[in-house]
Amino acid sequence: MKGLIKEFTKGIIKENPTFVLALGLCPTLAVSVSVVNAIGMGVAATFVLLGSSVIISLVKDFIPNKIRIPCFIVIIATFVTVIELCLKAYSPVLNRALGIYVPLIVVNCIVLGRAEAFACKNNFLSALFDGLGMGVGFTLALIFISAIREILGSGQILGHTLIKGFEPVFVFGMPSGALLVIGLLLGLFNLIKNRKA
Amino acid sequence: MRNSLIVSGSPHIHKQESVSRIMWTVVLSTIPAGIAGVIIFGLDALWVTLVAVIAAVLTETVFEIWTKKKITVMDGSAVITGILLAYNLPSNVPLWLPIVGAVFSISIGKQVFGGLGQNIFNPALVGRVFLMASWPKYMTTFVKPLSYDAITSATPLAALKEGKILEHISYLDLFLGKRGGCLGEVCILALLIGAAILLYKGYITWHIPATYILTTAVFVYIFGAKQLFQGDWLFHILSGGLILGAFFMATDYVATPLTVKGQVIFGIGCGLLTGIIRIWGGYPEGVSYAILMMNAATPFIDRYTKNRIYGTR
Repeated sequence: MKGLIKEFTKGIIKENPTFVLALGLCPTLAVSVSVVNAIGMGVAATFVLLGSSVIISLVKDFIPNKIRIPCFIVIIATFVTVIELCLKAYSPVLNRALGIYVPLIVVNCIVLGRAEAFACKNNFLSALFDGLGMGVGFTLALIFISAIREILGSGQILGHTLIKGFEPVFVFGMPSGALLVIGLLLGLFNLIKNRKA
Repeated sequence: MRNSLIVSGSPHIHKQESVSRIMWTVVLSTIPAGIAGVIIFGLDALWVTLVAVIAAVLTETVFEIWTKKKITVMDGSAVITGILLAYNLPSNVPLWLPIVGAVFSISIGKQVFGGLGQNIFNPALVGRVFLMASWPKYMTTFVKPLSYDAITSATPLAALKEGKILEHISYLDLFLGKRGGCLGEVCILALLIGAAILLYKGYITWHIPATYILTTAVFVYIFGAKQLFQGDWLFHILSGGLILGAFFMATDYVATPLTVKGQVIFGIGCGLLTGIIRIWGGYPEGVSYAILMMNAATPFIDRYTKNRIYGTR
């Protein structure tokens, strides 16, 4: 049990997909304009990670090694289609805000990375906790980045104005602002890591 | 870096040149343009400049105390960054704008890369572009020259971009700075006095400014009008931030190529980009973006224009 909890927590800080592994930065840059988008994207990616990790760890013995990547992609794409159709049905606004980045989860390197590096070598329970941890880590990172960008870029958080009279820093709502925030946060994470070591 | 490198045997005399001496001379050379800005736009220009300088110096001090590095504010480089940032702002901005800009210039533009000598971009321009992207409203309202109150006017380049006909602005007005614009860029005469000091002392060479201005002039002469070869090149040289950029910002020691060949490429690249942005781009002015883009290209230019080491092939 202790090992499983470790598989879960490592994705949140020690091997955080965004800040430590620096994977999946493209959707991170694109959808972190507002916290709502970040939560939507995070939940969608977590669902796909969880589903694909579990299925892949279950079927890993039947997949010939040579064609494992196409097989992983098919499994991942299945879950992405599920979440995409769900989003379209239940939250068309969020679906429109996330746009192309929901279908693009298929090629998100976090998902494929976990499938290749973890799920196809471990049993179903560890893969479940690993996928969940990575998904939560990704979601938290997205929320963190998008909160900074939303507060600075529009003076709001979840649509509520924080300070009256604050003049929003438009640049944080733009892609260049996303790069800036992620770069500084990566630096901060490395700083904290080096202090500890 | 200059071509007048003389190799000789000892004894050698130590010349009293140092980073701080050069930097303070650059500060001195920017003062005429500042005085002109105050005359043209009133005391607001002075406050904006002072606030930017103080904020830049304080940011540098705080950052260096925080990272436990040697405090280098006395070398004057932060002062220049503050001055150049202020010269790139309209005189009527709220005073928090130069503060935010200077803090951003020094912290993100310079100190995160490791301080003076390590920055890949010109810090003052980083600050300006940040402010431009964040608060375009403040960055593009300009005071009418010599009116000393809140009458706003467009810059000549902005008017040109919107297709308005430019009336009663003569070349002499442009040369003396009687136009709307950023507070340090308008008076070409004052800028040239400062540039003359730097050129005379040998702190900058003519290569980057000359190739930059010439390329822009030729480019707008060819493409600046509806028909080829009819552009108003003198207007384009005298308006906007071209002179300020070419002499004071494109010649930044750190972020520009080392060799003469590289500097010529740098100047031509800046000129082409400025011309392209002014004529076909979305903004009326492109000097700051042109210089920053060429700053980014500097490591590559340096790699391909290395001087041949004596005795090798």
